[in-house]
Order: sequence, then structure tokens, then C-alpha cells
Amino acid sequence: MNLLAQLEPAPVVVPGIEWSYLWPLIVLSIGAVLLITITSLVPATRRQGFPAAFTAATAIIAFAFLPWMSNRLDDIGGRVLVVDGAMAVDGFTIFVTGVICIAVLLVALLLDDYLRREGLDGPEWYVLMLLSASGGVLLASAEDLILTFVGLEILSIAVYVLAALHLRRSESQEAGFKYFVLGALSSAIFLYGIAMVYGATGSTSLTGINEAIMSVNDAGLSPLRESSMILLGMALLLVGFGFKVSAVPFHVWTPDVYQGAPTPVVAFMASAVKVAGFAGMVRVFVVGFGDLGDDWRPLLAAMAIFTLLVGAFLAVVQTNIKRTLAYSSITHAGFLLVGVHAAGSDSVSTSLLGSKAVLFYMISYTVMIVGTFGVITVVGGRGDGNHTLDAYRGLSRRQPLLAALMAVLLLAQAGIPFTSGFFAKFRVIAAAAEGGQYGLAAAAMVAAVIAAYLYLRVIVAMYLADDVPVTGAASADHADDDHAGGDVAVPAAGAATGSEIRVPPSVLVALVLAVAATLVLGIVPGVIDGALSDGATALSLLRP
Amino acid sequence: MVDVIVFVISAVIVLGGGLGVVLNANPVHAALSLVASLFGVAVLFILQQAHFLALVQVVVYAGAIVVLFLFVIMLLGVDETEDLKHEPLPYQRPMALLAGGVLFVMIMGGLFLSGPGGSDGAVALTGQSAATAPMNSEDSNIVQLARDLFTRNILAFEATALLLTIATVGAVVLVRNQGGEDLVVDEPGTSVG
Repeated sequence: MNLLAQLEPAPVVVPGIEWSYLWPLIVLSIGAVLLITITSLVPATRRQGFPAAFTAATAIIAFAFLPWMSNRLDDIGGRVLVVDGAMAVDGFTIFVTGVICIAVLLVALLLDDYLRREGLDGPEWYVLMLLSASGGVLLASAEDLILTFVGLEILSIAVYVLAALHLRRSESQEAGFKYFVLGALSSAIFLYGIAMVYGATGSTSLTGINEAIMSVNDAGLSPLRESSMILLGMALLLVGFGFKVSAVPFHVWTPDVYQGAPTPVVAFMASAVKVAGFAGMVRVFVVGFGDLGDDWRPLLAAMAIFTLLVGAFLAVVQTNIKRTLAYSSITHAGFLLVGVHAAGSDSVSTSLLGSKAVLFYMISYTVMIVGTFGVITVVGGRGDGNHTLDAYRGLSRRQPLLAALMAVLLLAQAGIPFTSGFFAKFRVIAAAAEGGQYGLAAAAMVAAVIAAYLYLRVIVAMYLADDVPVTGAASADHADDDHAGGDVAVPAAGAATGSEIRVPPSVLVALVLAVAATLVLGIVPGVIDGALSDGATALSLLRP
Repeated sequence: MVDVIVFVISAVIVLGGGLGVVLNANPVHAALSLVASLFGVAVLFILQQAHFLALVQVVVYAGAIVVLFLFVIMLLGVDETEDLKHEPLPYQRPMALLAGGVLFVMIMGGLFLSGPGGSDGAVALTGQSAATAPMNSEDSNIVQLARDLFTRNILAFEATALLLTIATVGAVVLVRNQGGEDLVVDEPGTSVG
């Protein structure tokens, strides 16, 4: 009897699950599973365009829940912890989820025609993208480092596969493999950091970590402030995040992977993956380690300066447009790091400005980078290999509309007024200046000026250069290659010079949406002020 | 007393297995010695009431990883014995000895320099209380882990389902034969920096 009583288990109290705050996450992940189930039952010939439409619809439905959630949150104080405190749903979560949904929608529009052009039709691309997006939502809202790690892995592993998914280009496989090996290493470093922080504080929840750091012992000291273990853990976490957002010196994978991976996948990597990585970084460092800002902010400042300048300088000397934009995306990451630096400030007003700047940069950067890579997808032509700067020579005469859209997007990236890029850069620099970080602000401005040169170089090539490429020999080689491959569907010479560029309607819709968003945010940036301040105040609610 | 006897026996197995891995000329024997060593460590874990770790040690290391080793050895040919006199990399062994010695000194130093434990006997090297699950809890740590997984970490636990989906989809897609010949149309000589 006594033995039986011992075997009788105590009841497990399962935490309440607040389903209504999990809807975007549920829609994205269930959408992915539904999509792969449906498409495996329907013959491939009868589902032309269906996966893209389904994915776009999933993203729109997930997005549609956000305003409703935001209204509910307003009634209960703007912030709620769900599933036993594992996940925080607040203005910040809602904003980042919205940005990720927008990225999924736009990339789905790009993917549809790309897959048909490359003869790669398959729903897996969309499935993996939706799964990756749900990982991004988890990462952005995780209130517990274990969930942060799981979200980070879901986000990245799906993208490793996506990068390698152009099975007929060995460059794509190489990119996927490189990304996977380096990404796995950075994940291990990240996990090591979590273990260190847990060992030092005895908690994996961000609020628990913050409480442990602020706790005072009998002698009136807080021993964790000087603990080398928590400093080491923080540094390792910074390395892990630095890799995901491609901050210098953890950026070396970026140009190779961006060059080799399928162009629409690069659009997803540069937008949703980077945004989710930054969201996780902001949450962990600003909320969890907010009280140790004096320790991590100098590191972050150094990283930001190097990221800004290295990205800008190396972008200028590239001749491949995808590599150029890879380095330019590193520069953008530098701007975001400057914003994160301000968001971690002790002063409430600087912190608010910094958080708002980061959020505004996320949304404007996402739409402009997806749009830019959309144009590159189209110009790349069959085989996804036509990516020299020469391919853009005289584009304005061959494809006036495409060239005009590209010009607006590039000007936005350069930060010209009347585009969202201007306000994005302005807000970041203003936040840095508000916090007294004039060095950071100066580095950001220098990087902006250098980076502007490379965007203008593409625009000049599109509008002012002659039609005939100077490197005619190289193009002729291409033409021969295409012929040898037996690829007669596309005129070989056309593929080489890019004169036969076809702009499919779905891509055009995505580009017009991206350009419209860029211009609207550039002319009336106040339209998203409500969401911005919701997101920024949500972070400061937790600060002491 | 029983603790000491069990410890001595399993310590002998662990050390003997470790020596066997290094000194056996036949790779299959070396791999089997590794199993013995890992099994001994599992017994030591049980002695420390770390039942879950012991289980994982047997299932993952002894079960899966060493079997993988054996597969590789079998594929490469079982009959080849290694010449222990020959060093493929120069100075490999002195360096390995040095690294092992440094590790040994560090562990011993950590053990003896950290001093006696506090009242609860749990003081980590950092001088702060170690954050561990209570050893004197009524539940074994398998039960504690399971409770933790299904209560506090249930969202992370459920989210790993997405990871498994990605792994399945990714594995199937990446090995599939797409058909059509490879496309090699990237422009020549582009990368700078």
C-alpha cells in the first residue's frame, strides 16, 4: 500500500493557454502544415499558383488578427504574458509579427513566378517560409531564453534549407551548406551563452534574469553585476545574435550566401530573418539585460561602428549586384544596431526614441529590401545568374517601369527625403544624438554617404549608361553557355544582355506595393506612429 | 559504503574503457571500449541521482553515436589495424598529452580551490549558490524534468514540433532528384572582399 502511494503521481497543473493571443502564430504554422497536406493530395498540374495564393492568404489572415489583438491589449494594460510566462504579447510583438507577415506576403508574390521560370515548382518553398516566419514570431515574443532558442532555430533551419533549394544550381547548394555550418556554430555559441546566464542567475526567463541582476544581498551589494559568468554569457548571446543579423565581425557568410541563394529567398533572409533576429536581440538585451547596459552597450557600439563602415566600404567595390546588396544590408544592420544601442539606454526618453527608431527601420527596410530583390529576381533571368552591374545598363530604356521602381527603392535605401529610408536613418541618428552618442551618429552619417554612392551607381547605370555592355566578351560566353545547355526557350543573347526581361503580374504587384509603402512612409511617416509607440512603450514597461 | 563500492567499480570501467580507446590497435575494439567507458559514466550519473542524464548517456552516446562510429568503421573496412607507432600528424601526441594534463590540473584545481560547500553543500566555482533542482525532492529528476516540460516550458516543447516538420520537409526536398541538367550561368570572376 505504501509503495502504491509512492507511485501515485502528483497532479500536473498544466498552465492555461491564452489561445486568443496566439492566433498569428497558430495561423502561420497551421497554414504551413495545411499547405503541405493539400498540395500532396492534389496533382501538381492542377495547383498552378495555388501555394503562392495560399501563403499570401495565410500571411494576410495572420496580419488581420493584429489590430484586434492590439485593441484587446489596450484594455488590459498593453502587455500580457501567455502560456505560463513563456511568451510576451505586447505592442512590440504585434509590430514585429506584422512586419514578418508583410515580408511573407511580398516574398510569396516573388516566388510564384520564380519557381515556374526555374522549373522548380514545389510547395516546400512556401511551407518552409511559413514555418520560418512562425519561428520569427516566437523569437520576437519569447520571454524565456529557452523559447528564444527554439524560435531562433525554427527561423534559421528552415532558411538553411531554403538557401540550398535551387537544386539545379550548385552555387545555391554551396550557399545553403555554408550558411548551415556557420549557423550551427553560432547556435551552439548562443546556447552556451544561455547556459552561462542560467548558471549565473538561476533563471531562463527574461524578467527572472533582470530580477536576479537587480537583487541585493544582505551586505547591500548585487554580486551578479560583477559576475564574470553573466558577462561571458551576455557576450556569447551577443555573438549568436550578431551572426543572425550579420553584424561585423560575424558577417563573413553574408555575401557568399546572398550571392548563391535563390534571389527570392535572399529577399526573405534580408527582411524577415534579419528583423526577427533584431527583435530577439532587443528583447533579450533591452528587457533581460537592461540593467547591465553599461556592460553590453560599449560592445554593441563598437560592433555598430564596424558594421556600418565595413559594410559601406566593401559594398562599393563589388561588381555583382547581389554581393553589393549583401554588404549594403550589413550597413543597414549597422543602423539598426545604433538604434538598439539607444534603446538600451538608461534614460527613458532616449530608450523610447531608440526603440521607435528600430521599429520604424524594420518596417521601412523590409519593404524596400524585398522590393529591391524583387527587381533583381526579374533581371536575373532564367538560371538566376544574370547579376552583374552590367545587366542594369540601360534598363530604363528596356523596362522603364521596372527601372523607375528600382530607382525609387534604391533611393530609399540611400535615405533620400520623401522616401521611408530618410526617416528611418534620421530617427536612428536622432536617437543616438539624443543619447549623447555623437561618435555613433557620425559613423552612421559617414556610412550613409558612402552607401549612397553605390545605390547611385546602379541608378546611373540604369538611366545614363549605354545599352551595350562594355564587357561584351563575358556576355558572349554566357550566350554560348546557354546554348550549350540546350536552353532554347529564352533567346540566348537576350538572357545575357537582359533585353528580354519579363515582368510577371504577381511580381509587379509586389513591387508596386513595396514602392507605395516606401513612399507613403516617406511622405506621411506619422501613419504608423500609434503602432510604433505601442511597441516602444511595451519595452519600457519592464524597465525599472 | 555501497556508494563507494559502486563508484570504484564504475570508475575502473570508465578508466579502463578510456585506456582501451587509446591503446587498442583494432578500431572496432576501440569503439567497444568507448561503449564501456560511457556506460560506466552512466552508472556514475545514477550514483549522483541524475537518472535522466544516465538514460540519455546510454541511449544517445552508447546507443546512437557509437553505433554510428561502428557503421563508419565497418564501411571503411574492419580488417585494417592501425599502426600505433606511426604518427600521422607530427607532435600530435605530445600536444594531446599536454592538453590533457592542463585539463586535469584545471579540474583538480577547481575542485580543491573552490573550498568546502555552504550549508546546503551546493556552491559553484563562482562562489554563488548553484542553480539546480532540489536533490532531496520526492520526485526523481526524470519526473521533475517531465513536469517542467509540460508546464513551464510547454510552449517551447510544442514548438519543437515545427522543427521536426522542417527537418522532415528539408530532408525530403534536398535529396529529391529535381530533373533537368544543372544550370551554371553565374558570371565569371566577380567576388571581391
